[in-house]
Amino acid sequence: MVTVNGKESDGRIHPQKFVLWVAMGSIVMMFAGLTSAYIVKKSQANWLEYSLPLIFWYSTLAIIISSVTINMALKAFKAREMRQYRTLISVTALLGLLFLGLQIAGFTNLEARNIPLFGSKSNSSTSFLGVITILHMLHVLGGVIALLIIFIRAYLSKVKNYSSLPIEIISTYWHFVDFLWIYLFIFFNWLR
Amino acid sequence: MSSEIVLDIHTSVSGLHDAHHSHDGHEHHHHETFISKYVFSMDHKMIAKQFLITGMFWAVLGGLMSVLFRLQLGYPDSTFPWLEDILGKWAKGGHITPEAYYALVTTHGTVLVFFVLTAGLSGTFANFLIPLQVGARDMASPFMNMLSFWFFFIAGIVMLSSIFVETGPFSGGWTAYPPLSALGDASPGSKTGMDLWIVSMALFVVSSLLGGLNYIATVLNMRTKGMSMTRLPLTIWALFFTAVLGVLSFPVLFSGFILLIFDRNFGTSFYLSDIFVNGAGALPNEGGSAILYQHLFWFLGHPEVYIILLPAMGMVSEILSTNSRKPIFGYMAMIGSMFAIAILAFLVWAHHMFVTGLNPFLGSIFVLLTLLIAVPSAIKVFNWLTTLWRGNIRFTPAMMFAIGFVSLFISGGLTGIWLGNSALDIHLHDTYFVIAHFHIVMGVASMFGMFAGIYHWFPKMYGRFLNNTLGYVHFWITIIGAYLIFWPMHYEGLAGMPRRYYDYSIWESFKQFGDLNRFISTVAMIVFATQILFLANFFYSIFKGRKLRSANPWGSNTLEWTTPIRPGHGNWPGEIPEVYRWAYDYGKDGHDFISQTTPVGADESVH
Repeated sequence: MVTVNGKESDGRIHPQKFVLWVAMGSIVMMFAGLTSAYIVKKSQANWLEYSLPLIFWYSTLAIIISSVTINMALKAFKAREMRQYRTLISVTALLGLLFLGLQIAGFTNLEARNIPLFGSKSNSSTSFLGVITILHMLHVLGGVIALLIIFIRAYLSKVKNYSSLPIEIISTYWHFVDFLWIYLFIFFNWLR
Repeated sequence: MSSEIVLDIHTSVSGLHDAHHSHDGHEHHHHETFISKYVFSMDHKMIAKQFLITGMFWAVLGGLMSVLFRLQLGYPDSTFPWLEDILGKWAKGGHITPEAYYALVTTHGTVLVFFVLTAGLSGTFANFLIPLQVGARDMASPFMNMLSFWFFFIAGIVMLSSIFVETGPFSGGWTAYPPLSALGDASPGSKTGMDLWIVSMALFVVSSLLGGLNYIATVLNMRTKGMSMTRLPLTIWALFFTAVLGVLSFPVLFSGFILLIFDRNFGTSFYLSDIFVNGAGALPNEGGSAILYQHLFWFLGHPEVYIILLPAMGMVSEILSTNSRKPIFGYMAMIGSMFAIAILAFLVWAHHMFVTGLNPFLGSIFVLLTLLIAVPSAIKVFNWLTTLWRGNIRFTPAMMFAIGFVSLFISGGLTGIWLGNSALDIHLHDTYFVIAHFHIVMGVASMFGMFAGIYHWFPKMYGRFLNNTLGYVHFWITIIGAYLIFWPMHYEGLAGMPRRYYDYSIWESFKQFGDLNRFISTVAMIVFATQILFLANFFYSIFKGRKLRSANPWGSNTLEWTTPIRPGHGNWPGEIPEVYRWAYDYGKDGHDFISQTTPVGADESVH
């Protein structure tokens, strides 16, 4: 539907890209609010210290690789290598799903170690981990759905579409949720 | 319908006005259905009207609620059988029950702050004025804009439905502090009513974010040729800062709500600790901190005050300048002070929490930052007064309300200096002094800004004028009434009369205010009735008002008056005009006004 290149001729940023940047600022504020609440709560009494599940390292690896693959997908699209492009966005989406699965496995690991995330026996330190991680997972899920939409569009569209805007927007967002997780992962490891 | 979509793509995709040449011929054969024109409209002007009229609905409902609880405060010993007819079990024997009283107070606050003065004010005027005044065909994303309204609408439906549930709407105050908001057992309103409240507010946050993203992107990316940032009318600057504040602070409120939802429904202990509940024993929760919620809430809550006030300030600046036939005094100082207010808005939230056990040293820093807001506020007041000074003033109803705004902002702002002191706050917190302060400076003042905006831009919205005589009646009764209602509350507050009490007549220390409370309640009813008069004027004038004969009735410089009297979707039938100067060339070189689209003459300097 959108038929204009990402950059305007006068070098101004495309409005939709700009909207994404402001939206990312907004998302950052939400997580900043939550992590500051975490810091405030940590300084008070009754704070459980525990070690993060090892699986989180694997999920971190998965999401970092997915950032690489989506970047390759963007390059493939711009080079009009459509088959390679479709393969790469499929791989990215699958890595996103893998990330989500590994996060859930991490939660099960904590439950198995008798560290409940929620419920009346939970401590707010693990509840924070649960709430923040689940919110981040929802943002990754949003990215996966966006990838699925352009994937289906790449097959269904009767009109050849040469605009790289949708994939550019999604890849920026994808890198963003990647960085967001890396920030959160460092944060949780640092301030336990 | 099809040409409509073409237009949308053009406007949403291109930030440049010259991409619209191809569209010029389309203007006259739009085929819009009723649904696409009036319901699921993507035209920013229609969305603005949707926000305005929905906001009016909520203003009437929220205002009516205040009249009902003022009945209780003014006439605690009387019974009103008709109350039982409309409120049923909430007014047994014609007497509002304590539960109903708290529910009314809470819903009044929530509705007025969020639905009327946030969505109704900036939703209306940001949507209406941003594309028209920056010279754009529509918002950056008309679709997101439409979603923004419908999220607001659904938020309203959910809030409305909470009034009708068996246990009543939420009744723990508009700030929804835990434990009242986190514990279903705390009060009847904390059960289903609170669930609906929080769902409604979550939808409202989504609506505000969608709107705010759009406003920012449109102001920064879709300005017409020649419209540099320093040529923007102050309305746009104000709406821009408003959107930035909203986009940065609403997500923090949202995180506070998420934690609240987990405490309510999933047994976590973010806010709840081992509180002892009467009849149920101690809670299993451990170590939660109710103060944590207050930090998250007020980190939004304080910027929210400016989200409400800034649009009014911007519109008042524009209207004062236009109707004084003089340039706005200190244009750059106005922008600078709004910028300062926007920054400080994020650094003062703890002044709402001075008496929660906040570290007094930390408190003193928040006192300093809070009092600093007096500086940009004073700059703005000075500039408004100097704009009026020796102006060739036209006292249109819009101008009256704009001057009324300045008056209210001064009287309400001065008491802010009192309340910003943590030492004085020990005595004044949670008294009627606080009620008086924020109702004057934020509530009534912003309502005045909104009225000024409606009277001023009604001709642009509907191609007709509002009735002037009714406008003056509306103004005088409202401003005199507002002072008569809220001024006496300062004295009650200084005497220590606490807010949120159900009945003061049983307190020896506050019995003396019985007559005063009755007086306030009476005036409140008169002022409320006057607002109905305004609504009658509004809806009558949409269909039967005096028709606009010229495109620029106020002799104004800004771009919205260069559009046809009834602009279609896309605003300008031909090309978007180019801008050559700032918006405030009034009374320059013997010209009454010089539109922004007039090229700068050889004997002029460029602004």
